[in-house]
Amino acid sequence: MKPAPFAYHDPKTLSEVTALLARLEGAKLLAGGQSLMSMMNLRFVMPDHVVDLNGVADLDYIRESSGRLEIGAMTRQRAIERSELVRAKAPVLVEALEQVGHHQTRNRGTIGGSLCHLDPAAELPGMAALYDAELTVLGPKGSRKIAMKDWALGYMTTALEPDEVLTGIAFPLWRERHGHAFLEFARRHGDFAIVGVGCLLALDGAGAIARAALVLVGVDVKPMRLDSVETLLKGQVPGPELWRAAADHALKIEALSDAMVSGDYRKRLAGTLTARALARAAERAGGARG
Amino acid sequence: MAETRKISLTVNGTRYEREVEPRMLLADFLRHQLGLTGTHLGCEHGVCGACTVQLDGVSVRSCLMLAVQANGRAVRTVEGLQAPDGTLSPLQAAFLAHHGLQCGFCTPGMLMTLDAYLKENPHPTEAQLREAISGNICRCTGYQQIVDAALDAAGARSGS
Amino acid sequence: MAGRVFGMDVKRIEDPRLLTGRGRYVDDIHLPGMVEAAFLRSSHAHALVKGIDARRALELPGVHAVWRLGDFGAEYLKKPLAVTIPHPAVKQPFTQFPLAPDEVCFVGEPIAIVLADSRYIAEDAVGLIEVDYEPLPAIADCLKALEADAPRAHKGAPDNVVGRLRVNFGDVEKAFATAPHVFKETNRQHRGGPHSMETRGVLASHDAAADLLTVWSSTQSPYNARRFLAAHLGRDEHSVRVIAPDVGGGFGPKAAYYAEDVAVPLAAMKLGRPVKWIEDRREHFLTANQQRDSIWRMEVAADARGKVLGVRGHVVVDNGAYVPYGILLAMSSLNPLPGPYALPALDVTAEAVFTNAVATSPVRGAGRPNAAYTLERLMDLVARELKLDRAEVRRRNLVQRDQFPYATGMKARDGSPLSYDSGDYVAVLDKALALGDYASFPARQAEARRAGRWLGIGVASCNEDTGMGPYEGATVRVTREGKVVVQTGAAAQGQGLHTILAQVAAEALGVELANVTVSSADTANFPLGVATVGSRVAVTASASTHLAAMEVRAKALKLAAATLEVAEQDLVIENGIVHPVGVPDMKLSLAELAAKLISVLAVPVPRGFTPGLEATAYYDAVRPTYAAGSQVVEVEVDIETGGVKLLRYSVAHDCGVVINPGLVDGQVIGGIVHGIGNALFERMIYDEGGQPLTTNYGEYLLPTATEVPRIALAHLETPSPLNPLGVKGAGEGGTIPAAAGIVSAIENALEPLGLRLTDHPIGPQSLLEAIDAAQSKSGATA
Repeated sequence: MKPAPFAYHDPKTLSEVTALLARLEGAKLLAGGQSLMSMMNLRFVMPDHVVDLNGVADLDYIRESSGRLEIGAMTRQRAIERSELVRAKAPVLVEALEQVGHHQTRNRGTIGGSLCHLDPAAELPGMAALYDAELTVLGPKGSRKIAMKDWALGYMTTALEPDEVLTGIAFPLWRERHGHAFLEFARRHGDFAIVGVGCLLALDGAGAIARAALVLVGVDVKPMRLDSVETLLKGQVPGPELWRAAADHALKIEALSDAMVSGDYRKRLAGTLTARALARAAERAGGARG
Repeated sequence: MAETRKISLTVNGTRYEREVEPRMLLADFLRHQLGLTGTHLGCEHGVCGACTVQLDGVSVRSCLMLAVQANGRAVRTVEGLQAPDGTLSPLQAAFLAHHGLQCGFCTPGMLMTLDAYLKENPHPTEAQLREAISGNICRCTGYQQIVDAALDAAGARSGS
Repeated sequence: MAGRVFGMDVKRIEDPRLLTGRGRYVDDIHLPGMVEAAFLRSSHAHALVKGIDARRALELPGVHAVWRLGDFGAEYLKKPLAVTIPHPAVKQPFTQFPLAPDEVCFVGEPIAIVLADSRYIAEDAVGLIEVDYEPLPAIADCLKALEADAPRAHKGAPDNVVGRLRVNFGDVEKAFATAPHVFKETNRQHRGGPHSMETRGVLASHDAAADLLTVWSSTQSPYNARRFLAAHLGRDEHSVRVIAPDVGGGFGPKAAYYAEDVAVPLAAMKLGRPVKWIEDRREHFLTANQQRDSIWRMEVAADARGKVLGVRGHVVVDNGAYVPYGILLAMSSLNPLPGPYALPALDVTAEAVFTNAVATSPVRGAGRPNAAYTLERLMDLVARELKLDRAEVRRRNLVQRDQFPYATGMKARDGSPLSYDSGDYVAVLDKALALGDYASFPARQAEARRAGRWLGIGVASCNEDTGMGPYEGATVRVTREGKVVVQTGAAAQGQGLHTILAQVAAEALGVELANVTVSSADTANFPLGVATVGSRVAVTASASTHLAAMEVRAKALKLAAATLEVAEQDLVIENGIVHPVGVPDMKLSLAELAAKLISVLAVPVPRGFTPGLEATAYYDAVRPTYAAGSQVVEVEVDIETGGVKLLRYSVAHDCGVVINPGLVDGQVIGGIVHGIGNALFERMIYDEGGQPLTTNYGEYLLPTATEVPRIALAHLETPSPLNPLGVKGAGEGGTIPAAAGIVSAIENALEPLGLRLTDHPIGPQSLLEAIDAAQSKSGATA
């Protein structure tokens, strides 16, 4: 299982990257390699050109700016997991990252790579959806911003044009006090989630839900925000009956079926994990009843 | 004629300069170009962990890296774990004491993963250790004696 | 029976090399002029290959050859691989050719060999070969394959039956006619592939001047490999040398005999250069033998106290497309019956069935886990139906301590009655139950249920025939320097063979372990060997090493007695020095004694002695010796997800006299984890057309460290009366009852729902579906 031959390019700047993408046919961008290299070794993909982003400057950063957590596309998952800033301001990212593959995966894997690969069960695209993140891409005509909800177009297909490269992701942080949870069900630790749920929950002074965001991964080709559940939750007091109602709503989704896992099973997991994630997030938000 | 690239890297403290085809995997480079056959290939698709080496101190799967990507970097393999005089590292000695290996094929990857992990987290619990090696598959030991060895190396077990 | 080093938990002598990256597996070996091979493999489960066009492949720089079978000579077109374990029951002995000349019968079957400067280029070349296939109907499911109108796995075959076997004893008809209770159950078991972390590999090199063909192979049996290769090539065995270097796990399928084992040497001889082929993981998924499905339709007759009066049934075994191993897997599934139980009557038939997938053959445990699973589910069935405790039902049915040696009613291959030599199965069960706090579990379970947690406990027992014949052998030699060299034909894949043989030799000869060197698994290094399968080498290799070492000891003492003029019985050997007890200054070292016996030009060897301080011995195991084990497993089921967590795992194990306790623990624990894989994770899926759907480690799941609990072990030793050391095998006992114990525990956890579990592996989706079905049937809720 060795990769097929390709021409290798290792640009040092973003403008070199876009220049290459503009002129090359059949080029793949290589980030952490944890997905692409696997596929190349198996000869599932055989690109004519590989453009290696690992040497490109200025794509590796984690910073807070104007209420947003800004992360460069080539930032290693490991760095995000260990970042004091992320742990403080967006701990759900850390909780999700702890489920991403194994240590070796996260040591090389990047946030940009995961968002561009867009595996239906991947945790990081789910996190971007949870936060309504904004993605910045650079092309020959300059840079543009794409909302996460417009990013995922279909099965492992993003809004990225062939001559564009993702440069950064911005997560608008929740200023209010809130709780978070990320739960997934997988066959083994580190496996792709069969279904995963991410949740952010803020309570008002009276202990009712002021704001809720819920995302599912693994049920559809792209992360699924549970808008109807978020609406249902608003103004309600946390508690097991509310979580059951939310779970019932989650059960109404359409879920993918494949040779290994049925849509019905995914739906069941979606319901169960939604209730559990909400309970945990509420507890962390300062709500007494989990 | 296939395109080649010149690369220069350090492996176990020794500098090497070679010319490689871009598609050559780092694992194959180490094994066949440098003759460091301690690193093994178990799956070539990034799951089994047998190929784990350290790149600038962190554990990575060398089957998912190209040799050209190691240009200018420092790689450490199992051959670099023992002391120059051949004394086994505490982790290797613990594996020896606890039968942390049987066929030995997954062992280099296990050692490189654990060596890197214990440097970051010197006193892990058993659960944390199992999580740390969850990306390294062993088909022989059932993991228990590996975990015993790692706990011993971490100094967590009294009396071992 | 522990001695100075024998019975002690000594560190392995294999380890310093392996820990420092100085292992030498097949792929680590480079020979000058070596080329690498890849295979063009069938992408159809069943087809005729009308032709291939390799022109573009041959034009690729670095490609040396693309060869089909006929390129090696027309005689090979008529010569399929031998059936290595023939059996009269095999009606249709289809075996592969080294390269398929026309019909291909499973995805991955090799059609052509490509030789190139590197594996990279060889794979490029394979991708450039065009193949003209005529697809044929394929059959993947072994039950459907028995239907009258099922596609034939082999073109033109009358049916898909490989053969039928039967084991029986006692009066089964009467047992079932008169029993107060008869219960029925069908189980469907699936075991996947071996998945040793090192895949297969063959490196062949022909020295034309000496006409010696040398093959390094990641094999469990260099001697079988040599025998079958030499026969296939029409060569004298003497002109073929097979070496198993370090082997990274075997688990059964590396003892089999494959197309590549012949194709690679053929290519090396034709090319005139060494050829290396390393199986990649995808090839391993497709072409390394597996076990796959067996379906057991069983009935059990019992009295009111749960004493089993008879067992009967029929099992269908997926054979795959070919029978390189004869009907061994079906045999291995029947022969372990009746397991550790004293059953008065038994009648079970097996039918092995052709399917268009890679051949099935024993994988760790061989068919024993399958037989044990069936027996254990039947014991649970009797207990459940009669509302008896599961452990108590087993206690009542196990062969009791005073019944050994116990003639089971079964016959060995030569027709003689089989008997269990020694054991105490009830003590083993009781020890496991104590270790697992079985007695207090109902209270733990009740408390957990009140807290909304679904805990369950399972029990499973087994015995295991180990040390099967015929033999292994060893030469023990003392060198002039006083080093002890042990040579054996036995082969190792991680079991610590060198260490245990060194322990045996060091104990017998009174030397330090560090003074013993062991070499193995090289047909040029030792004349005769058999195979490392079925937990047989601890018995055969260590017994033969012991016999040879004792002969050497006797010779040394005899010469020392004569030289020192003392009585032999007064002599001891300590640290390689022979001296009378209590008289350390009157001494001769083993080195000195060896030097006398080896002698030099013109100096005679001492009178009355043959040259050398060495001996060769074979231990021929006429009958197997039986190990035993019981396991107690505690699980938690998440009834909202179907997820299963193993909370606690306890095992009591009896493998007779233990040479190295740490190594035995490793074998038992490692074996259990194979069983965990069988119970919860490993499924090799083929679609209806025989296309494999699980061909990588994302789709086929092996247990990792986070899925495996800490396993508590207790040991018993009932020595074997059959060999001089009293040893029994330990390699598979952990695996054999594991799936049964786990499934039993899950069923116990879900008892309030009235759930019955019969099949494995059991994944969360199917478990949740079963839970849902049971809940809606009973109207019960969580």
